Amino acid sequence: MSSLSEQMEHTFRLRNLKSYCMLAMIVLAFVVSALPLFAVFAHIIKLGFSALNFDFFTKLPAPVGESGGGLANALLGTAILVGIASVIGIPWGVSIGIYLSEYGKSKTASVVRFCVDMLVSIPSIVVGLFIYELIVIPMKGFSANAGGVALSILMIPTIARTTEEILKLIPAHVREAGLGLGIPRWKVTLFIIVRGSLMPISTGVILAISRVAGETAPLLFTALSSRFWFDGFNKPIASLSVQIFNYAISPFEDWQSQAWGGALLLVLFVFVVNLSVRILLLRTNTSKGKQI
Amino acid sequence: MRREIYRFDRYFYFFLKGVAICLPLLLIGIGGFLLNASLPSIHQFGFDFLGTKIWDPARDNYGILAFVFGTLISSLIAILIAAPLSIFTALFLTEVASRRLQKSASFIIEMLAAIPSVVYGLWGIYVLAPFLRVYVEPFLGKTLGFLPLFQGPSYGVGMLAAGIILSIMIIPTITAVTKEVFLSIPNSYREAAMALGATRWEVIKMAVIKTGSAGILGAVILGLGRALGETMAVTMVIGNRSDISISLFAPGQSMSSVIANEYSEATSSLHISALLEIGLVLFLITFFINSLARVFVWRASLRGSTR
Repeated sequence: MSSLSEQMEHTFRLRNLKSYCMLAMIVLAFVVSALPLFAVFAHIIKLGFSALNFDFFTKLPAPVGESGGGLANALLGTAILVGIASVIGIPWGVSIGIYLSEYGKSKTASVVRFCVDMLVSIPSIVVGLFIYELIVIPMKGFSANAGGVALSILMIPTIARTTEEILKLIPAHVREAGLGLGIPRWKVTLFIIVRGSLMPISTGVILAISRVAGETAPLLFTALSSRFWFDGFNKPIASLSVQIFNYAISPFEDWQSQAWGGALLLVLFVFVVNLSVRILLLRTNTSKGKQI
Repeated sequence: MRREIYRFDRYFYFFLKGVAICLPLLLIGIGGFLLNASLPSIHQFGFDFLGTKIWDPARDNYGILAFVFGTLISSLIAILIAAPLSIFTALFLTEVASRRLQKSASFIIEMLAAIPSVVYGLWGIYVLAPFLRVYVEPFLGKTLGFLPLFQGPSYGVGMLAAGIILSIMIIPTITAVTKEVFLSIPNSYREAAMALGATRWEVIKMAVIKTGSAGILGAVILGLGRALGETMAVTMVIGNRSDISISLFAPGQSMSSVIANEYSEATSSLHISALLEIGLVLFLITFFINSLARVFVWRASLRGSTR
């Protein structure tokens, strides 16, 4: 009898030991996964900070061989490209999101939902090729418009998906209450459902913008690049991400240092946007929780 | 009078539906345009395009076997590194971490996904590749050098560097989906395992991993889809040499990197057409992989909700 309980004690100890080992592995796996983030941050801050000065934000790139210069045109270019993408992508994406959440039970809707899923994970370079065929070749030239449209295609599915998920969280009785008062459905949808979730929807939109701002592959052969200021929507335009790429693979140390500076700006932008969105969402969530 | 008020409802519905239907058209358009543009290359080379590894823009002779190889191997390395790490990280987030820790830990992992790919490429060239060249690759050559995988000179840039960069980039994808799968598993499963006297790891193994296995598979396939199509970071660290080499230290070329590298310099129309056909192949592969992943993830979440 005692031997049996001893045996059980023994296996129990072994099982516990194994459990602790595996839990340690789980914690370790998280640490290893998170490590690259800190490594990337550390290097970007170390190497990029010295490149940021007044010229960086105000001057055009210096010609080959000359030192100095800045990335001002690329910063402006990224803002313009993201602007074009937003003008097309935000209304379109939000409308699709509304359609999927409010009229989402039909067969058409499930086809659209499938397409959203496919477009979310389409390689961005394929979108670049598509826009090259669709816009660059017929227009006979690289242009800001082409780059903006390429970015908007990447924006639409992300915005549509987040909008749908946000609107689905609103309970059915809110819609029923609106309809029960005799309000037309479009008014219920726009002025009760969408308006009530304007905050989370716009945070989703902002996240999509921050993601698109760093895209490079679809811009390589749509917006191309430029060493000059913005010169019209049908001309090639510089962008921060493409400039980082061009400088990173260049042999000049001055340019490489500016690439790090650009990367620091880009990462800082993404980080600040993500963090503030998170804090904002947290605050609205808790205040709502108290009200109800 | 009543009808007047509600007539706009129909217009509203048709407007939304019209806008939404543009999306399938867009997807078909992408496939159609790429197919149309790659027809010259398809006529010229047929299936040899996929089966030969000679890529010679000077003589207008194109085969993409070397690039397919590069894409597959770099993605495979990425999956081998990222899948176990991500699954365990998801376990950490859902099963081990306290609620407060879970929030900040999730944020760290999500930030990994938010960093632009070109920034990873920059980091890969100037930090990861030298590190691999000086420390990791000589070490691997010494300890595992009897395998052909780890032979040859170390350049730093190459398949291994591309695989590692890709693994960093797909960890957040796999972790996020796996996390959702684990969260959808009802707590009663865990409680049942606990009631049988299972240790914490046994609860995780029996109630969480086994139940979520289909979803985990879907998540890994989704990560694979992302790795296959990733462009900038891979272009910057893979080394850009169109050859097939068994050594992981050797530089290579992936399907997306060859498009990024040669597109702006392509002059002959056949060259452009061949590059577009690579895009078409990439589109079809990722489309297939992502639909596969969707089936698995969808099934897993469906089962979680019905039970």
